[in-house]
Amino acid sequence: MELICPAGTMGAFRAAVDAGADAVYCGFRDATNARNFPGLNFSRAELGEAVAHARTRGARTFVAINTFPTAGDAATWRSAVDDAVELGADALILADIGLLDYAARTHPGVRRHLSVQAAASNVDSIRYFVESFGVKRVVLPRVLTVAEVAAITAAAACETEVFAFGGLCVMAEGRCQLSSYVTGQSPNMNGVCSPASHVTYRDEGETVVSRLGDLTVDRFAPGVPAGYPTLCKGRFRTDRSEGYLFEEPVSLDAYELLPELKRAGVSALKIEGRQRGRAYVEQVVRRFRAAIDALGHAGRAPPGDLAAMSEGQAMTTGAYRKTWR
Amino acid sequence: MRLTLGPVLFNWPAARWRDFYFRIADEAAVDTVVVGEVVCSKRTPFLAEATPLVIDRLRRAGKEVVLASLALVTLERERRGVAALSSSAGLMVEANDVSGLAALAGRPHAVGPLIQVYNEDTAGYLARRGARRISLAAELPASAIARIVAAVPETTVEVLAFGRAPLAISVRCYHARAEGLSKDNCRFVCERDPDGMTVETLDREPFVAVNGLQTLSHACVDLAGEADWLAAIGVGALRLSPQTCDMVMVADQFRRVLDGAAAPDEALAALRAAFPQAPHANGFLYGRPGMSWVARDDAAPAPPAHSAAS
Repeated sequence: MELICPAGTMGAFRAAVDAGADAVYCGFRDATNARNFPGLNFSRAELGEAVAHARTRGARTFVAINTFPTAGDAATWRSAVDDAVELGADALILADIGLLDYAARTHPGVRRHLSVQAAASNVDSIRYFVESFGVKRVVLPRVLTVAEVAAITAAAACETEVFAFGGLCVMAEGRCQLSSYVTGQSPNMNGVCSPASHVTYRDEGETVVSRLGDLTVDRFAPGVPAGYPTLCKGRFRTDRSEGYLFEEPVSLDAYELLPELKRAGVSALKIEGRQRGRAYVEQVVRRFRAAIDALGHAGRAPPGDLAAMSEGQAMTTGAYRKTWR
Repeated sequence: MRLTLGPVLFNWPAARWRDFYFRIADEAAVDTVVVGEVVCSKRTPFLAEATPLVIDRLRRAGKEVVLASLALVTLERERRGVAALSSSAGLMVEANDVSGLAALAGRPHAVGPLIQVYNEDTAGYLARRGARRISLAAELPASAIARIVAAVPETTVEVLAFGRAPLAISVRCYHARAEGLSKDNCRFVCERDPDGMTVETLDREPFVAVNGLQTLSHACVDLAGEADWLAAIGVGALRLSPQTCDMVMVADQFRRVLDGAAAPDEALAALRAAFPQAPHANGFLYGRPGMSWVARDDAAPAPPAHSAAS
């Protein structure tokens, strides 16, 4: 299994390569990628530098152009594709049907990977993307059990890649408009979810209230660290319950499932976190590198302590276990 | 401009579901009716008996009937369901997942609002492969709608104009979770909320409506005030999404506005009275938060479609 690692900065990119990434994925500094955060991502010159650095170490560079092009502005997304190819990207990670069509026609020799944002959650959807656009690999959405991942991988007409660690969408990725409902900006259109520009923290006596746009996402008692108000990780009320209706503020950690994922036949494991610092990247990549190498020797790497690296410092195996549903 | 009644998204008892469509067939001023379970395959068997009756009644009333496919397909029986639906003779099928596109490409079909069509290139590609109708995602602003409409002149582009907007879909059932149950052992608790389960923030601000695996807006999308703009830029159909309110009356209000028989303000007042459980919203169309309301007088300086085309 390949290890595919995130980078939002040159520092993180080098750290990922040095820690044993088989490939690093990154995006341009604009709305063409799904981590369009201030101070993050790569200029054209930086991407060229990154590709060259990866090559000297035998690693590959994947470029994520995985938002949905704004109507009337196809040129921005097409030039991102053209420039990534020109700068030596080993694969393009794409989600939009129109952009996949463009990349397949314009750069047929460059590998196209299907972004998780395309939400291909079954063999028939994957077949559509393979037959239509020559997709070589699909990043599976985080809605599948390990058994379903295995069945899809066995039947799919291309390689599969699955998330192993990091932030966890609880909604099917690429199909969520919660953020734009509250802020006007969404992952699909703007490359952001619950954007920082719309976050406020309000003190009410000893209580800290985290808000996104005009809504309270959570309230934190004195002494409890106030978390980031991601909409689907907030606490809400219904007439029958109160609490984390969608999901607790947890991160995905599939470390214990690596032997099962290997048996499932997946080609690659993906680490989430292009918005995270180089220390996170280095630690997580090192741990998963050791684990994958140990699997090859029929052994098992000792669990590293990554809880402090995760969002909310609690972990889940998410949809990989059927009970999550 | 034609009117489409979208599929019932909620878990209504089969008899209610059937009677709803019978009345639509007999009384509603809609041209097209989309029928089928979109949200949860566990509900599908309940509608099996009534579905042929409903289709027959709607067709005899002169309505165009479109069959909707499931939104999130992961299980084998769900795959088989999409395949069986796609081979339905004589009826158009609306794909709500790419697996539906795979089955329908090459012959006339509809693309539902849960497939990601955000721009003219994607719309054009789908149209070349047989999409005769494309219903757009709720979050698209008028500028994008105008571009897409212009790119696919042979395809009917449809916009959600009334009802709670579908915002997300998951494999996790939040209805079950709210009751401490799992999806596999859900006891169909979603049936208790025929308009969705209201979800509020801890400060009692209404946020969304949960419908099993689906999360919808708390606010009711309402574009009666913009219906004439949408017609002017070439939008071919407005989608009215069923809530428990009087959908015959809702369709009448839209028909009257489009025909110039009612002023937009008059229709908006009637629609607010018809579905008073939630604020009405149109923010998505203006590129603002979807939960917001933009008074048309405040929408400076020109209708959004004009600013998009400039």
